[in-house]
Amino acid sequence: MNHSISLTVNGARREFVLDDPRVTLLDLLRERLHLTGTKKGCDRGQCGACTILVDGKRINSCLALAISHDGADILTIEGVGRGDQLHPVQAAFIAHDGFQCGFCTPGQIMSAIGMMSEAQAGNDPERIRECMSGNLCRCGAYAGIVDAVLDAQAGMDESNQRRSA
Amino acid sequence: MKQFDYVRPATVAEAVAAAAQPGAAYLAAGTNLLDLMKGGVSRPDRLVDVTHLDGLDRIERLADGGVRIGALVSNADLAHDADFAKSYPAVAEALLSGASAQLRNAATVGGNLLQRTRCAYFYDTASRCNKREAGSGCDARDGENRTHAVLGWSENCIATHPSDFCVPLVALDAIVEIEGRNGRREIALDELHRLPGDTPERESALEPGDLIVAVRLPPAARGFAAHARYLKVRDRTSYAFAVVSAAAALRIENGKIAEARLALGGVAAKPWRARAAEDVLRNVAPTVDAFQEAAWRALTDAKPSGDNAFKIELARRIVVRALTLAAAGTPARIPALPASPFASTSGAIHA
Repeated sequence: MNHSISLTVNGARREFVLDDPRVTLLDLLRERLHLTGTKKGCDRGQCGACTILVDGKRINSCLALAISHDGADILTIEGVGRGDQLHPVQAAFIAHDGFQCGFCTPGQIMSAIGMMSEAQAGNDPERIRECMSGNLCRCGAYAGIVDAVLDAQAGMDESNQRRSA
Repeated sequence: MKQFDYVRPATVAEAVAAAAQPGAAYLAAGTNLLDLMKGGVSRPDRLVDVTHLDGLDRIERLADGGVRIGALVSNADLAHDADFAKSYPAVAEALLSGASAQLRNAATVGGNLLQRTRCAYFYDTASRCNKREAGSGCDARDGENRTHAVLGWSENCIATHPSDFCVPLVALDAIVEIEGRNGRREIALDELHRLPGDTPERESALEPGDLIVAVRLPPAARGFAAHARYLKVRDRTSYAFAVVSAAAALRIENGKIAEARLALGGVAAKPWRARAAEDVLRNVAPTVDAFQEAAWRALTDAKPSGDNAFKIELARRIVVRALTLAAAGTPARIPALPASPFASTSGAIHA
């Protein structure tokens, strides 16, 4: 039995016909839309490489059935920058060497963007490590990742202050 | 993953009818179920997706002073609800100590209650497991079992229930609202999960088609807000299941404990309410001696199920420390590392 769903992916509305309800959001993004920035690491919700934002919240796309998310608004790593202009979190990861092999990086960045909008960590490195614990980096670039998130958070705080001043 | 039929009911009644069929399972966020299905541990013929049902995602303050939490409220939304966290701080701390931020954003209240054990032999379909396949045996019994149960286990199953959320909930007398084929009913959370006995494959009091629609905390639960903590020892600081955890909540009047609540996690197939320990804490001063007596009572019936005798002593110490922290007062903010004994704000003595 075929199921029709519609999703908004990086701002564009897309219609899909699913001939199999087993398709996860991760596989839909990678195999149907060829948005391969979202990575398949463990495929079991343990590594965070597949992190995307669904309706503004970070989740593991490997543990989400596409069919169950009919109508959802999805943001992936491909949708965070503006043309050639990097998202501030992307720029901060480059500035602070927040990666080595890069495989976990899209998930780390999506998770950091989600975390900053949750406003749960602020500029406390201990909180950042805690709030980012769902993203593993087997190269061990954690020190750079925390620095990058701190820097991006500081930049966001500054621009918020400017806006309210 | 085995093929399945996908059903999206429009009403709770339709959901119950669809899920009452043999081989059917409810799908909420799927953070545990999809993992189990990918591993071939769960093999439902039909998934009944309840995530689009109306009215199950609300946190309602009740006129009597209680609170009603819809089954589809996410773990994160509940923990970050300021009024909820203030009224039930140990519940919020437990929620934030569980899983990862991504999983907490997706995982639901109802799903948290019904998540399955993380026993590695349950997950490994090449191993014998009485819970996964009734009567097949238990490879955990002589296997790697340092994290397994020390209370309420049987020769047939030594698995633990992994939820953090359930531990303070059971301490606070949470009630589970269930919609079933014969209409609405409610049971105490303490009666939802079953101990293994001879039928470890039967994990809960739910019947086919039963849908948890809400969890309620009675008015009295709010009375512990000033002295409530959840403490959780795990093999790594974050994103790990409890080796042992404890929820402690006290009502202190005129320097004495008027009422105590205590429950343990990671020690049994259900969140473990320690009523005998609560009894010895009534009308006594909140002292370390009293807490040590309570800890002793809480673990009186404990026995190792394998290489886990250490969990009994660990549980005693966690009980003393959780009670000590609770007596000191609920901190104004949840610690940077929720429920961690290594939290920089702990300020607790070592029992």
